[in-house]
Amino acid sequence: MTTATWVTGLGVAAPTGLSLAEYWAATLAGRGAIGPVTRFDASSYPARLAGEITGFVAEDHLPSRLLPQTDRMTRLALATADRAFADAGVNPADLPEFDVGVITASHSGGFEFGQNELRALWSKGGQYVSAYQSFAWFYAVNSGQISIRHGLRGPSSVVVSDQAGGLDAVAQARRQIRKGTAMVISGAVDASICPWGWVAQLTGGRLSTRDDAERAYLPFDDDATGHVPGEGGALLVLEDAGHARARGARVYGEIAGYAATTDPRRDSGREPTLQAAIEGALADSGVEPADIGAVFADAAAIPELDRVEAEAIAKVFGPSAVPVTAPKTMTGRLYSGAAPLDLAAACLAMRDGVIPPTVNTRPSPAYDLDLVTGAPRAAALRHVLVIARGHGGLNSAMVVRAVDPSAAADH
Amino acid sequence: MSGPPSRRPVITGVGVTAPGGQDVKEFWKLLTDGRTATRRISFFDPSPFRSQVAAEADFDAELSGLTPQEIRRMDRAAQFAVVTAREAVADSGLDFAALPPHRMGVTVGSAVGATMGLDQEYRTVSDGGRLDLVDHTYAVPHLYNYMVPSSFATEVAWAVGAEGPTTVISTGCTSGLDAIGYAADLIREGSADVLVAGATDAPISPITLACFDAIKATTPRNDDPEHASRPFDASRNGFVLGEGAAMFVLEDLASALARGARIYAEVAGFATRSNAFHMTGLRPDGREMAEAIRVALEAARLAPEDIDYINAHGSGTKQNDRHETAAFKRSLGEHAYRTPVSSIKSMVGHSLGAIGSIEIAASILAMTHNVVPPTANLHRPDPECDLDYVPLTARELPVDAVLSVGSGFGGFQSAIVLAPPGRSGT
Repeated sequence: MTTATWVTGLGVAAPTGLSLAEYWAATLAGRGAIGPVTRFDASSYPARLAGEITGFVAEDHLPSRLLPQTDRMTRLALATADRAFADAGVNPADLPEFDVGVITASHSGGFEFGQNELRALWSKGGQYVSAYQSFAWFYAVNSGQISIRHGLRGPSSVVVSDQAGGLDAVAQARRQIRKGTAMVISGAVDASICPWGWVAQLTGGRLSTRDDAERAYLPFDDDATGHVPGEGGALLVLEDAGHARARGARVYGEIAGYAATTDPRRDSGREPTLQAAIEGALADSGVEPADIGAVFADAAAIPELDRVEAEAIAKVFGPSAVPVTAPKTMTGRLYSGAAPLDLAAACLAMRDGVIPPTVNTRPSPAYDLDLVTGAPRAAALRHVLVIARGHGGLNSAMVVRAVDPSAAADH
Repeated sequence: MSGPPSRRPVITGVGVTAPGGQDVKEFWKLLTDGRTATRRISFFDPSPFRSQVAAEADFDAELSGLTPQEIRRMDRAAQFAVVTAREAVADSGLDFAALPPHRMGVTVGSAVGATMGLDQEYRTVSDGGRLDLVDHTYAVPHLYNYMVPSSFATEVAWAVGAEGPTTVISTGCTSGLDAIGYAADLIREGSADVLVAGATDAPISPITLACFDAIKATTPRNDDPEHASRPFDASRNGFVLGEGAAMFVLEDLASALARGARIYAEVAGFATRSNAFHMTGLRPDGREMAEAIRVALEAARLAPEDIDYINAHGSGTKQNDRHETAAFKRSLGEHAYRTPVSSIKSMVGHSLGAIGSIEIAASILAMTHNVVPPTANLHRPDPECDLDYVPLTARELPVDAVLSVGSGFGGFQSAIVLAPPGRSGT
């Protein structure tokens, strides 16, 4: 029998809240945080809205020596890791030295840090490039910095799978726990709201160019025209069930199943593969479609991608047979960070017996989806499915399972 | 423990794009001749930089079979990955068209993604660094793919027709080892039956030179480029940047045997640990790398004495070569002194995330040919590096089990054990 992987700590960094309580209250209230870009003057660009994190003062969380060597996403990630470990009630330094690892996903590394050094290089010359550039921009930086801050010497890694990466990282963390590592902090925090990041995002062709924050990111709406980028994500403390039980940890849920697929090229004549990813995650969890109480959708808000996702969900669960939601309509898409934040929301949804709503969308009758809009919906949830997709046809699906308090107690 | 017979990941195909050679054959010839491919940088004028040396791959995208549109949308590192994956697929003899696409996956390691593309594109959209608000109307349409290097893996997936799990592993300079460790796990757990896996990087660009100059990580030995990379030598003073890719076909042993495939090696053991110490610095005792080696050997069910050859990280920085020498002694004990150790970075440079996979290619070729590649340019060993580093000349000896290690910015320390399938396990 393989050991179970439990979620025992949550740290979030969302435009709607930096503490779990604040984030969850905003999410249930349907309070969005999408607004005009303030970080730079976006008026000359075709897209001008973002889900920015406001009120984060890095100096309050990090020693001054770390500031010149960290991108914004790394500062957010370090503060989020602190909160996740605090929430788990654990000081990783108290565990045996190789027992805790860190596995994050990254979308675009420290892109703003890279922007500033590229500007120094091309405007002034190579000798003006920061001594920290060699690691501050690269995709592995958050795992490295978190490992140093908390003394984590266990297995560490970094995956890049565009916006599906957050689930792939958590799955890789589960592999390490199955191989005997007691604890892994995993998830992703991304941020690239800077001119260079914005221009790169624009070439992806999926940004909404609307200026009305309530009509900009509308997945599964006939009026869908793309998404609004956001920044943030979540880090989860994942723990071997036996280890968690022995220390009397509070348990949010179990990472019960996962699968990932890749779509063929659009001109190949072959079908997209999201349905197989969902079915694979269910099979890996040992559950039937009817056991899933809610689906946190990827919610691309590109009509073709919405159609593919709605069809896959309808094929697996039946037409409008499972409640579907996309709380990311409140935050914008957080790239690799989006799916870990959805995992955190799924854990809280199971705890409180409530499905948070999708905001702003008027569900299109073209999709056979039971989309939760308006007020949150009460529901006893035993299993929740989270879907994440990335450019290039990446699909990942993960099932989170509720854990009975009696199973979590140390017998 | 009962259960179904465990699946065992084996390498049945290999492709290499490396400095000094177009394919696996030329790569191996360069290594066993002990020749170096390190030269003064030709891609751009390196004279403003402290370190002006690199190992550049002689790579022509069109001659390598890429279409004009593939060339347009892919950064050089992605081009390496696709071309090299095709070589590995052809080498495997496996009929990919006959395989169920959802049972095939792709794992690509890369430390720095599309650095060349990003560097050039930033220069354009900022008009040479003049514009803070960079101009989106000058951006190439595929800039998003440069930003997010999972595009490398999806390109390979499309090229080989894979529809299973696809990802990029980006753990700095251990990416090329970690990608194979990841792919081997997918085979073992049954998430896929065939993996096209390896690593690529093409970092020889002004921004890379500038950032390594700033921390004096690369060698300033500009007057003697061909002998600039000197792992374990007392006169070493930094690494030489390289580029390239190595890709492999991995499958389960049972299916490889059933189809009569040539099996290069089993990925018998892998482990990675973090030093939690410094983003670029190493603790001199090699403790975490030693732990990774210990766990990788344990996973392979091999003893230190079973290792016939160590393919070292051997970057040629002062701290690295001492660090890993200490790690070998700590993990292998007396056997460390009896085992040939060499660094091919002396010949092909350090291609960051790619080199781990390129070194795995060198390792399995050493097993195939029973020849250990040398450490070039090693004339006067550092007294603190007192193992057998196979100086200058390749050595013939029976090579069964190989240990290859890597160490990366971010504190990553990885170890992989490659062995013939009969050797590992029971």
